[in-house]
Amino acid sequence: MDAGQMKRQWVDYIKSLFVEGFLDGQFLQLQQLQDENNPEFVVEVVSLFFEDSERLLKDLSFALEQKGVDFKKVDAHVHQLKGSSSSIGAQRVKNACIAFRNFCEEQNTDACLRCLQQVKQEYCLVKNKLETLIRLEQQIVAAGGSIPTMELSF
Amino acid sequence: MGMATPKETQFHVLAVDDSLIDRMLIERLLKTSSFHGGILIADILGMCVEFTVTAVDSASKALNFLGLVEDMASEIHQDVDVNLIITDYCMPGMTGYDLLRKIKESKSLKDIPVVIMSSENVPSRINRCLEEGAEEFFLKPVQLSDVHKLKPHLMKSRVKEEQDQQPINNKRKIKEEFHSPDKTRVKCIS
Repeated sequence: MDAGQMKRQWVDYIKSLFVEGFLDGQFLQLQQLQDENNPEFVVEVVSLFFEDSERLLKDLSFALEQKGVDFKKVDAHVHQLKGSSSSIGAQRVKNACIAFRNFCEEQNTDACLRCLQQVKQEYCLVKNKLETLIRLEQQIVAAGGSIPTMELSF
Repeated sequence: MGMATPKETQFHVLAVDDSLIDRMLIERLLKTSSFHGGILIADILGMCVEFTVTAVDSASKALNFLGLVEDMASEIHQDVDVNLIITDYCMPGMTGYDLLRKIKESKSLKDIPVVIMSSENVPSRINRCLEEGAEEFFLKPVQLSDVHKLKPHLMKSRVKEEQDQQPINNKRKIKEEFHSPDKTRVKCIS
């Protein structure tokens, strides 16, 4: 495959991620902040997001396993995860966190556990998607091409 | 040939946020945005703005950086050159709102423009911050278009800096200050 074909593949892939709601406009904003002087910016932020999320999901599991659940703590973790997913444009994770916080307020452990499952699932999905996208980008660059600039027009 | 190259102006921004991702974002946003444009008063030379950013992860670290110590009585005027403070609202320990108040209560720091960011759109929160003296309230995630809103506040602080450095024997100048329509409080110069 040449760079041109790979670029088209990239465009189709990222479009599908928007259409399916995995990513929102904020992800495009991230790409706009990347330039020749900071060519790794998106990868850096996304990697940080992965690290952050994995830590928070672990902390959430731990907190919800306790005999006396500290819902304030649980809510604080979810708030953080909501924030970071929102900052990178991981829309479905963010929305799952919003739902999660409502149940924290209600102090409903069972519902919270279900929400945690939901968030974990969405996180795994978007992680997969982003890794694929980044791999595609690296292939394009390796083939001498450059990553297309996207505008949300659909 | 005949074109003046835009003067480059450096602005130092102190960014306060407990989220590393958001600190990275705000720094990139500031550094990526550069704008040209006239300043408020007469000079119509285009200005190219460049940001240097100091990012800290807590309000207390921000206060340390600004030279404010715990005991207000021993507050010394530090030579910290910060032109804008942009802070998250929700932070563990001291909130962005508390930080805003401390800054506005400080003789040496109260004129530094403060911008608050929050992921939550709570009108009462927004009003409280604006009433306490925040120049702007940005909803997260912060956009490039938000950063452009900072320009008038930065220009105002730069102009004020230049005015403060002028000799105070120009009566006309003092008159102008009293009649200026903007919301900067005017000090009585005797």
